[in-house]
Amino acid sequence: MKRNSWQEYQKEIADDNYYYVRSCIRQNFFPGSEKAFLDIMRNDVGKNVIEEATHTSCTGIGYHSDIVPMETIMTVVARQFALMTEAGFENFTSSCITSFGIYTEMLETWNEFPETEERTREYLYKATGREFKKPKNLAHTSDVMFKHREAIAAKMKKPLINVFTGKPLRVVEHIGCHYAKLFPKKGVGGSEFPYVLAGMIESWGGEVVDYPERRHCCGFGFRNYIVQANRGFSVANSHKKLESMKPYKPDFIVTNCPGCSMFLDKWQYTIAEMEGNTYGQDGRGIPVLTYEEMAGLVLGYDPWQLGMQMHQVDVEPLLDKMGVVYDPAAKYLGPNGKFIGNPELASVNLNCTPTPTMRTL
Amino acid sequence: MTKKVIIIGGGPAGMQTAASLLEMGIKPTIIEKSDRIGGKLNDWHKLFPSFTPAHEVLESLKQKMKEARVITGTTVEQINNEGVSLNDGSIMEADAVVVASGFNLFRAELKEELGYTIYDNVYTTVDIERMLNEGEVAMKDGRTPQRIAFLHCVGSRDEKVNQRHCSKVCCVTGVKQAMELKGMFPQAEVYNFYMDIRMFGPGYEEMYRRAQEEFNIHFVRGRISEASETIDRRVQIKAEDTLIGRPLKMTVDMLILIVGMTPGESNREFSKTNGIELQPSGFVAPADNFTRNTCSNAKNIFYAGTVTAPKNIGESINEGAVAAQQVAKYLKGL
Amino acid sequence: MDFGFSISRPRAIDLDKNDLSISRNALKKMPEFQACIGCGGCTATCTAGNLTQFNFRKVHTLVRRGDYQNAYDEMNKCMLCGKCRLVCPRGINTRGVAMMIKRLLSEY
Repeated sequence: MKRNSWQEYQKEIADDNYYYVRSCIRQNFFPGSEKAFLDIMRNDVGKNVIEEATHTSCTGIGYHSDIVPMETIMTVVARQFALMTEAGFENFTSSCITSFGIYTEMLETWNEFPETEERTREYLYKATGREFKKPKNLAHTSDVMFKHREAIAAKMKKPLINVFTGKPLRVVEHIGCHYAKLFPKKGVGGSEFPYVLAGMIESWGGEVVDYPERRHCCGFGFRNYIVQANRGFSVANSHKKLESMKPYKPDFIVTNCPGCSMFLDKWQYTIAEMEGNTYGQDGRGIPVLTYEEMAGLVLGYDPWQLGMQMHQVDVEPLLDKMGVVYDPAAKYLGPNGKFIGNPELASVNLNCTPTPTMRTL
Repeated sequence: MTKKVIIIGGGPAGMQTAASLLEMGIKPTIIEKSDRIGGKLNDWHKLFPSFTPAHEVLESLKQKMKEARVITGTTVEQINNEGVSLNDGSIMEADAVVVASGFNLFRAELKEELGYTIYDNVYTTVDIERMLNEGEVAMKDGRTPQRIAFLHCVGSRDEKVNQRHCSKVCCVTGVKQAMELKGMFPQAEVYNFYMDIRMFGPGYEEMYRRAQEEFNIHFVRGRISEASETIDRRVQIKAEDTLIGRPLKMTVDMLILIVGMTPGESNREFSKTNGIELQPSGFVAPADNFTRNTCSNAKNIFYAGTVTAPKNIGESINEGAVAAQQVAKYLKGL
Repeated sequence: MDFGFSISRPRAIDLDKNDLSISRNALKKMPEFQACIGCGGCTATCTAGNLTQFNFRKVHTLVRRGDYQNAYDEMNKCMLCGKCRLVCPRGINTRGVAMMIKRLLSEY
């Protein structure tokens, strides 16, 4: 793609010493990804990353669903920054896109309306006795991964190349809305042509697919998904994207947002069960990866160690294309070798139309 | 002693200023930053609403001012009481200065969501004039377009790119080009996406009506919010048809962005001179909007053309004549 | 499988999918139909539109965009009083447009 504009939007990303905060939902849906980030940064790239059990949810889901008021979320955010300050760190990195949007929004609000910062400091002190410094650098973890993409490329074992054809894998990148649509300057490449994932894909040998609905939201939308009556238009957004990317025959989708990974993956199951439509090759779904999983595969990590058995759409077709060696029998064994149970059969993985009896197979 | 007059800019306004001064026996000097006079008129094919070839207007202006001294390839960096300072470091003395430095075209690539310079078949009105001059309008791969969309107000009335003003002449330019392309490709469907159609000049509204009725050009009231490329290198666009109240989407072979006028790049530097003030839009402010449109607040500095606001060719030329008259009146009093 | 919800259908007017042949035919028959500037004078004065959901401006714009669903039924609400034609600043034979839509779109 001739995306020449991204170079004009470079954001500053700290080089080392990150204070790391997790996402609320990723540990359920993509449980290996956050560990993979820590392992890659510490062991493969050699950076200092700290995380502490004391940090909490940023309460962003509650905030975006009109349950948590602004003063409360500001104080929660202030507490996270206080933990970072106490740990002696200045660079804050968040695993969740919503959280990243929240931290950015609060810092910008304090910047525009300094009285809100003063009030927050007072609330935090009264509630916890803590004080904080604002981070010197705030980055999403995908920014951090982007920053070190060449270091990862230098240790690459499985580039994003189709081993059968020798051609680059065709990758759809999907950026969480709150990464750069709220504050375009805070995202690598801005909001229209973000480069954060595209940069990784290109550095690691893949080819970025630009398709008409690339910039469209996945449809998660917090309350829109949470309320069952609204799910019809939540799923319709993913449906629109999948229809639009289908002609490009992507090998996989990679996202940097907890919600997007989950919905682009799981709505494929829903759409296949409801309408019999699948979007990948051979009548199967398109695997959806987090950028940590993509980096992990590139670095030769075991897919089951990366937690890829938890995906709704099977990743095996992609693993085969990349030439990743894996043990099919180990797929549903936990880290301790204990059987974790396997999912019911689903049409999105079977190359067939759903039948009423399939669920009992 | 002969009085010295410097005209900054050799576009239509500056050329007419020179022509009118010559008629009054004053021989001015035009300083033009590009290598030829004529300004952006050089790049235009035909002019609204009469479809008069641009070169005819240009030739007539050239004839009228050929006695003037013209310095091309030279930029005026500053205006001061004694004259102007040039980019070669020299100072050129003058008794009066006419600022006819014009406007800049809006850089459509700043509206990234529209994909100009990124997608193959997104063009600007300037590209179309060039293609019309070259005698061939076609898609990037040479195919004949079957579906063409024009988008009005690109770089006008848009806070997102710091352009709050209306550029005034783009509505009619867009309609003119829509008619020209429909004339070239009678089988093609042509859509114009607009927020308001502002047909301010004589014959413009009548031309708009011809575009609708005789040329069957479809006008959709709604701004295109996003353009993206399809697998066959066409352009998918999204807008709202606000007269229906529903989103509208379609794929076109060519998307043409009707670019607006932005303040001339030298305005800010010029405004450091006493008596030259900028408007919030960045265009230079005339002494008043009614009786002193071509005057600054400095007695020896005058304005003509789009340095003060978006204007059409006729208006710019008229201002050239008025500025010349003001200059002559001023020099007489010295 | 029933999940208790269905996939919402796009609301967008899709000019790639709409069948524009009838619209083209209508515009050929009455080119003035294209000259509408959306002022809404017709709707403001419409006898039927003041008592029902009928909106002449909206219905004929939809027809021009190739969205014919219900256009015929909608047009049947028109009382053919002709007041809209008196107010149209572009002099469009609006009553004629209403009749034409009914003639062309009886199947929708």
